[in-house]
Amino acid sequence: MSSAATIFDFHGGIHPEQNKTQSLQLPLGKPKLPQELILPLGQHIGQASRPLVHVGDYVLKGQTIAINNGFLSSFLHAPTSGHIKAIEEKAIAHPSGLQDACIVLEPDNQETWCELHPLPLWQESTKTDVLTYLAEMGIVGMGGAGFPTQVKLQGAQKNNLEYLIINAAECEPYITADDMLIREKTAQLVQGIQILQFLAEANEVLIGIEDNKPKAIERLQNELRIRHLEKQIKLVVVPTKYPSGGEKQLIQLLTDQEVPSGKHPIDIGIICQNVGTCVAIYDAIVLGKPLISRITTLTGDALSQPQNVEVLLGTPIEHLLNYAGCDASQLQRLIMGGPMMGFTLENHAVPVVKTTNCILAGTAKELPQPAPEQACIRCGMCEQVCPASLLPQQLLWFTKSQEFEKAEHYNLFDCIECGACSYVCPSNIPLVQYYRHGKSEIREAREANIKSDHAKIRFEARKARQEAEAAEKEAKRLARTKPAPKKDHDKKVAAGTPEAAKPSTANDASKKLKIDIAIAKAKLKKLEKALTTAQEEERSESISQLQIEVDEQKNTLSQLETELSTVAPAPVKTAKVTNSEEAAIKQLKIDTAIAKAAVKKIEKAIKRAEDINAPELGELNQQLETATSRAAELDKSLTAAKDAFEKSSTEKNSITVERKGPSDTDQVASKKLKIDIAIANAAVKKAKKNIDAMKSDGLDESAIEASGLTKKLNENEAKVTALQAQLAQLTPSSTNTSSDTKAEAPNPLADQIKKQKIAVALAKAQLSKLNKKLEKEPENAAEIQIAISEKQAAQMVAETELSQLLNTQEKN
Amino acid sequence: MTTILIAVGILLLLSLIFGAILGFANVRFHVEGDPIVEQIDAILPQTQCGQCGHPGCRPYAEAIANGEAINHCPPGGQATIQALADLLDVEAIPLDGDHGEETAKRVAVIREDECIGCTKCIQACPVDAILGAAKQMHTVIADECTGCDLCIEPCPVDCIDMVEIGVTAKTWSWDKPVGPMSRPGNLIATDRQPSTEASH
Repeated sequence: MSSAATIFDFHGGIHPEQNKTQSLQLPLGKPKLPQELILPLGQHIGQASRPLVHVGDYVLKGQTIAINNGFLSSFLHAPTSGHIKAIEEKAIAHPSGLQDACIVLEPDNQETWCELHPLPLWQESTKTDVLTYLAEMGIVGMGGAGFPTQVKLQGAQKNNLEYLIINAAECEPYITADDMLIREKTAQLVQGIQILQFLAEANEVLIGIEDNKPKAIERLQNELRIRHLEKQIKLVVVPTKYPSGGEKQLIQLLTDQEVPSGKHPIDIGIICQNVGTCVAIYDAIVLGKPLISRITTLTGDALSQPQNVEVLLGTPIEHLLNYAGCDASQLQRLIMGGPMMGFTLENHAVPVVKTTNCILAGTAKELPQPAPEQACIRCGMCEQVCPASLLPQQLLWFTKSQEFEKAEHYNLFDCIECGACSYVCPSNIPLVQYYRHGKSEIREAREANIKSDHAKIRFEARKARQEAEAAEKEAKRLARTKPAPKKDHDKKVAAGTPEAAKPSTANDASKKLKIDIAIAKAKLKKLEKALTTAQEEERSESISQLQIEVDEQKNTLSQLETELSTVAPAPVKTAKVTNSEEAAIKQLKIDTAIAKAAVKKIEKAIKRAEDINAPELGELNQQLETATSRAAELDKSLTAAKDAFEKSSTEKNSITVERKGPSDTDQVASKKLKIDIAIANAAVKKAKKNIDAMKSDGLDESAIEASGLTKKLNENEAKVTALQAQLAQLTPSSTNTSSDTKAEAPNPLADQIKKQKIAVALAKAQLSKLNKKLEKEPENAAEIQIAISEKQAAQMVAETELSQLLNTQEKN
Repeated sequence: MTTILIAVGILLLLSLIFGAILGFANVRFHVEGDPIVEQIDAILPQTQCGQCGHPGCRPYAEAIANGEAINHCPPGGQATIQALADLLDVEAIPLDGDHGEETAKRVAVIREDECIGCTKCIQACPVDAILGAAKQMHTVIADECTGCDLCIEPCPVDCIDMVEIGVTAKTWSWDKPVGPMSRPGNLIATDRQPSTEASH
């Protein structure tokens, strides 16, 4: 089989002394239970697990004691039965020697298993179920990094896999854990591979193994032959060269494919799994045993009995050193992992974790203090051995001079930290340490950048919110203060004082409102822009938030506009008719244009929504309808206003001339009368309404009479007629005076009638508009109702005036 | 004479054409805002602490663009000053002590049993990192806290501490090797200690 498969080569590599035989002299050992097991919550890449147990709890062997905390996380199980002694910070196996949260378990030496739930019918289960099961069994990659296996295999579900590669290369000197595992658990390994193949469905399954493990190769070949799997699973023996066990290097060796920079093997349709992981998968699925133990090599000249041991996770290293007969006086350096990629342990109490494949207790002769670093002589040997085809020298310069951007540009992150460059360096430069430093600096900078960007976004969001709140408050304040000047104005008008003062205040108010509206509109536009960008970038949470903000802004805007419409007509009424009409037309024109633009915008939005089949299509359609109706309405009123304006402008001269005619006192008196009439009329109407309401409430006539409402009504009606008579008396005189001064008396009268008619029509239109608004915006009901009652009064004034004029005309 | 006129005419024509092109480009490729401010703002640490004397990082970025000194940002420290110096091509000067000292990264922590629920810190927090309501206990969302100190001052019962973020196994980073000049006595191979002589 091995001869059938072609073997390729990767760039560089070194041939350090193997030192593998020492630990293969003794059979697989089984150390006794230690006094306590220390189980770090972060034994894998990703989020630390979340403990499920409390201090003092009794747990059974295999019981889940911590569950995954997020997607990239893993489960943790009790390696033996016993009591939870503590959940605290303890020194862990980490190059920093720092502490981390650990569950401390005190064994009761009973080794009582919890109930096991194997998955013997895995072939009939769905892949998702099997993957979930593997996650719950705490399976992580046991080769080095401890990447949660189910996450890796989930990636495989999405891609069509070309190769499933089983990594049995074990290239690092001293380590023989995988060798021993293959020899001892060949059947389990092959069945584990079968389960993996069921999950991965790769076109080809390859086992990559270095030729320095002849016994393991033989056992595997036999096992494959017995099971008739030689066709399905190919055993590829590769020459011994460090680091052929690196994932990317092994892929290159077996398939001649290079994993692109910054990508994973899964991106080129390859998945790699360590042999230890395969056996753990078998144990979990067929036997139901979670990952609670592993095979670890104990080696080094400081040990009298170097060997491989099957050790429970959490066993302190001290315990293992004692088991293997460690001579403390000889021990110079204790390394977790191999001599090339491992790290020194200062604290001997740290526990074995899921990724611990070797404990190397070296003597001073074996692992001497690194020689002092000398200057780089640019020999280029590091470049020749780099298995990742990088330029170690360049990377050294850049990391040394803190030019991390350039180092990144030279693919610093493709460095696998194998240590081949440091191994060959004649100047003893600890190159890998420089690269590790550079990498952590870059990572730190990236994280700081992300954090500062995040803070900026939050700060800006807060600022925007505060501004919106301030604007809303200002609008509310204006809404509160606005009714007061209007009342003043009414009083002034009633008193017949000149109206010069009033328009200016109204103008000021409307100016302020207009500014507010402009600000609100600008904000709305900004928000809408942000919303569209958010939609493009599919940030769902910010979309909903922005939507809310946009709606709020729209509300405030419409509120402001209502206010403006209530304020603006006041000066329009009192100021010169032509001016007000001109302004009204202008306003209407603008409104129409805005409405039309809105229609167009909504139509566009609908088109876009249709393209992407968005769910808010119905809503948009509704919006379009309202917008079009509003546009049509505005258009209508615009033409009406234009007509009115044309008429009035033709009448303008005559009116102004006519206005000069009647004496001032007469005019003031008549105006006053008119207003009185209007008030009386309003009172009549109100009384009538009250009576109607009472009637509808089921009160009989007598009760109504008793309430004195009818009386009031009658009084008021009488008052109205009286006032009208007075006015009639007054107006003829005024018209008479005017006819005295002017040649054509009836003409101005007709004009006046016309004007009055227009005014009535205008008031009516405004009223109906307000009513519509009231229906549309129940939330502003109170304000709109105030505006409506005002309009009603204005309309009545206009109507009475009109009837008066008509009367005089008839008389004439 | 005609040659001169032709030459003048051609030059005039050319200047008109290029003027038109430049004018068009000015309109067509008009850049809204000042891009240098954006770049400066991106370098600043965005703690929004106001220690520089400006209400937030962006105003300081604008001030720097208008010529203010680059050493007024204590949270950014020397690294930010260096980055700003590189960007603006000016000399990197030491941090101005008047605006505060560079400290290790910290987060605010509220001693919750002492909190009276006054919401003053919530209003002060520039990044909305404090959670709580009136007369309810407040707490700091540690991940969102920029360590700006702005919540300390308004707290009426002084129940907020600034706690340094310690190094954990996840945030730990490798030290830079000391380099070849650290042990000058060992430059010559024969100066090495006997124990270091043994090689691989």
